Amino acid sequence: MTKQADVIIIGGGATGAGVARDCALRGIKALLLERGDIATGATGRNHGLLHSGARYAVTDRESAEECIKENMILRRIASHCVEETDGLFLSLPEDGLEFQAKFIEACRAAGIRADAIDPKEALRLEPSANPAMIGAVRVPDGAVDPFRLTMANLIDAKAHGAEVLTYHKVTELIREQDRIVGVKAVDCRSGEKKEFRAEIVVNAGGIWGHDLAAMAGVTVKMLPAKGSLLIFGHRVNNIVLNRCRKPADADILVPGDTISLIGTTSSKVPFDEVDNMYVTADEVDLLLREGTKLAPSLAHTRILRAYAGVRPLVASDDDPSGRSVSRGIVVLDHATRDGLEGFITITGGKLMTYRLMAEWTVDLICKKLNINKKCTTAECKLPGSREKEEKISKRLHSVPVAQRESAINRHGEMAERLDVGDAAARSLVCECEEVSVGEVKYALNELDVHNLVDLRRRTRVGMGTCQGELCACRAAGIMAEAGKYCSHQAKQDLVSFLNERWKGMAPVAWGDTLRESEFTMWLYDGVCGLKNEKTE
Amino acid sequence: MMTEQSNFNFEQCIKCTVCTVYCPVASVNPLFPGPKQAGPDGERLRLKHKGFYDESLKWCLNCKRCEVACPSNVRIGDIIQAARIKHSTKKPGLREKMLANTDFMGSMATPFAPIVNFSVGLKPVKVVLDKVIGIDHRRTFPKYSFGTFESWMKRRRKKQAKYARQVSYFHGCYVNYNNPQLGKDFVKVMNALGVGVQMLEKEKCCGVPLISNGLIDKARRQGEVNTASIRKSVVENKWPVVGTSSTCTFTLRDEYPHLLDIDNADVRDHIELATRYIYRLLAEGNVQLRFKKKAPVRRVAYHTACHMEKLGWAYYSIELLRMIPGVELTVLDSQCCGIAGTYGFKKENYPTAQAIGEGIFRKIEASGCDVVSTDCETCKWQIEMSTSKPVVHPISLLAEALE
Repeated sequence: MTKQADVIIIGGGATGAGVARDCALRGIKALLLERGDIATGATGRNHGLLHSGARYAVTDRESAEECIKENMILRRIASHCVEETDGLFLSLPEDGLEFQAKFIEACRAAGIRADAIDPKEALRLEPSANPAMIGAVRVPDGAVDPFRLTMANLIDAKAHGAEVLTYHKVTELIREQDRIVGVKAVDCRSGEKKEFRAEIVVNAGGIWGHDLAAMAGVTVKMLPAKGSLLIFGHRVNNIVLNRCRKPADADILVPGDTISLIGTTSSKVPFDEVDNMYVTADEVDLLLREGTKLAPSLAHTRILRAYAGVRPLVASDDDPSGRSVSRGIVVLDHATRDGLEGFITITGGKLMTYRLMAEWTVDLICKKLNINKKCTTAECKLPGSREKEEKISKRLHSVPVAQRESAINRHGEMAERLDVGDAAARSLVCECEEVSVGEVKYALNELDVHNLVDLRRRTRVGMGTCQGELCACRAAGIMAEAGKYCSHQAKQDLVSFLNERWKGMAPVAWGDTLRESEFTMWLYDGVCGLKNEKTE
Repeated sequence: MMTEQSNFNFEQCIKCTVCTVYCPVASVNPLFPGPKQAGPDGERLRLKHKGFYDESLKWCLNCKRCEVACPSNVRIGDIIQAARIKHSTKKPGLREKMLANTDFMGSMATPFAPIVNFSVGLKPVKVVLDKVIGIDHRRTFPKYSFGTFESWMKRRRKKQAKYARQVSYFHGCYVNYNNPQLGKDFVKVMNALGVGVQMLEKEKCCGVPLISNGLIDKARRQGEVNTASIRKSVVENKWPVVGTSSTCTFTLRDEYPHLLDIDNADVRDHIELATRYIYRLLAEGNVQLRFKKKAPVRRVAYHTACHMEKLGWAYYSIELLRMIPGVELTVLDSQCCGIAGTYGFKKENYPTAQAIGEGIFRKIEASGCDVVSTDCETCKWQIEMSTSKPVVHPISLLAEALE
């Protein structure tokens, strides 16, 4: 079968989703193809930090300016994905105060509010901060939920006519003379081979864009840099904590939803490892050692899991750490660069600038397609962020508090579409994160969910401290009931979900985390008799 | 509140949910989300934002049976109570103040005890209390005594001082205003063991009704007064502090540091329950109790109060009762009777309280006992109101059997 669109976007990260939305809002028919689920690459594997840009102010002025502009835009258009926590840059005795003056000056030059505050005041604002600090600067950092952000972009894109196909892997770019005219793809779930044609194909594949470019016969040299992070069991801090020094390893602690995250490390990895990242013991040690300098209580806080992502940096020099590479946005028009029409690569940048990356890309698309439409994504609010939380909360007053607030945090005004009318729909699937049966069903019906991991990204099922112990089997049951899969597949999905959870726990498997995972295994293996049937 | 490390005590929860299985409220009242969700799960959400606080936590009766059941040492009950203290926006009303201020109510009522007791038993008064204030009309009030225990004790100070060994007695409001006889029985038993009984320099209500009715600052002030007096008794005079009420004793020992931020680590181990103190004194082998020669057969059913279960000391009361000649003892399954202090008095809690207690009431009736014994005064009110049996404190049964 062959399908037609104006633009094909390859990659369902924040950038791809942003491009799809921007296209749709400008009346361009977009088709997004994603080989797995949305936000599975770098988009979903970072701090979830709503950068103020302060981190880059001294070293990369351009990035800093982009960050603060986008920061302010996201607060407005994506309020349900953003937590306005503010951030503190702490100077510890070992850092000295020298950097601070330079830092404040650079921030202000980039348009970032930066106020030096008394360490005592900083400690009052954020009691978890290291009391040994000798200086603190307050900046407008925040937290952003990348899954929610990506989904909201896709929901809006679809509402404006875009089509989104997850689990569709591009196998070939169709080239006719000096022009890319479409792609061949395989539906990973059914095995069906499909062909799609469009005027323009956009490579928004992140680190995998390297291979996509190669498929088109052009070279985009990427530098995969692995970054590992630790997730703590609960919110340790309510304000983002940074170190006031040159950017280094493990110097950002971000409160995100119910947890806190410390990261990251940075190391070069070969391309054949980017699909399967493991966090090493050394990385865990480093993250903990540096993390406790920001917030000493991390030393005795339960660690939920560890994970790693790959930064899709465009190699501009051969710096081995990958840090001095500019995080600047790279839009490559392969027509002018390589003489190949109909193919655009959008890369570099960062989660913070996904919208701007999309804007530049779609500006280029418009130019190519001779469309004269202005970008409106900086003004149009994303679905979920169109109403004040308090208002929605009032309308949903009959739903139990924690369940109501959680659903509104996750879905904004879309929470009103959840069917939680009766006791059965209000019963909880995930007790740690207060996900109701109604919310799971909403996700299954409307948010492109095909398995438990997808469901986790939409609802936080399995993201709490129990890591699937109580919720995974309930959710699998609902999915089987809803006809998403048969009971055999449900079991397989359950096994793979639990294994995926274990992968994140393994590097930090001690104390209560180990105890709980042992209990989970005892429940599923010992009581329920769940076995991995494939391996038997 | 709590130490830095134990602040995150909820992290030890591995979601086994056995606390919810043992929660007396969760099994009868679907409006209560259960200890796991209200406690460790909820705490994690409340750390994210205080807006996650749910007023349904008021259904928790603070029995601490969740903590007894927990295999991970999570202080679930404390977490729930601390959350109520920190986040509840419901201001205590007239009813809460009436129920909580036991000292004030007691000192007002005891001089006019016969009139007060008569009037609160009248139907029109009950209807008014129910409709206007919200105290359930089906509830029977404990009778006030005519004259307090403290005034009785004051007259005996000199005589008590003659004993070589001394203890301070934390009598509690119930003994002082409602049942001085229990206090007198305690003095009788202690004297029989060669121990003199002193009063604390200052004794205020332990604070448990204040805590559960949201009057935290007052509870803390009273707790500080009590702890200072206890410290004086324990540290200066070397007299341990002994109580007859399991809940008062538990509060002085554990609720003070856990909920009121009162550091009592230096004296906590010297705050004792009467039956445990006596049992251990007898176990030393230097003294003996002499019982009446002719003892009639008495079938006693022992009820383990919730805070007794939490203290883990029911054993001492049970073994003391077994020592009494003629007593045929049945130990009832340890279950909450539902009243939980002032909880069961409130109109909205009445159905929950009675549904919780139903099982234990049936077992009491079926046991064929003559009398129920328990270390908690509010269990006594509940069981006497809800069954046909009288309830007597183990110390009173002991005193009665003495020669």
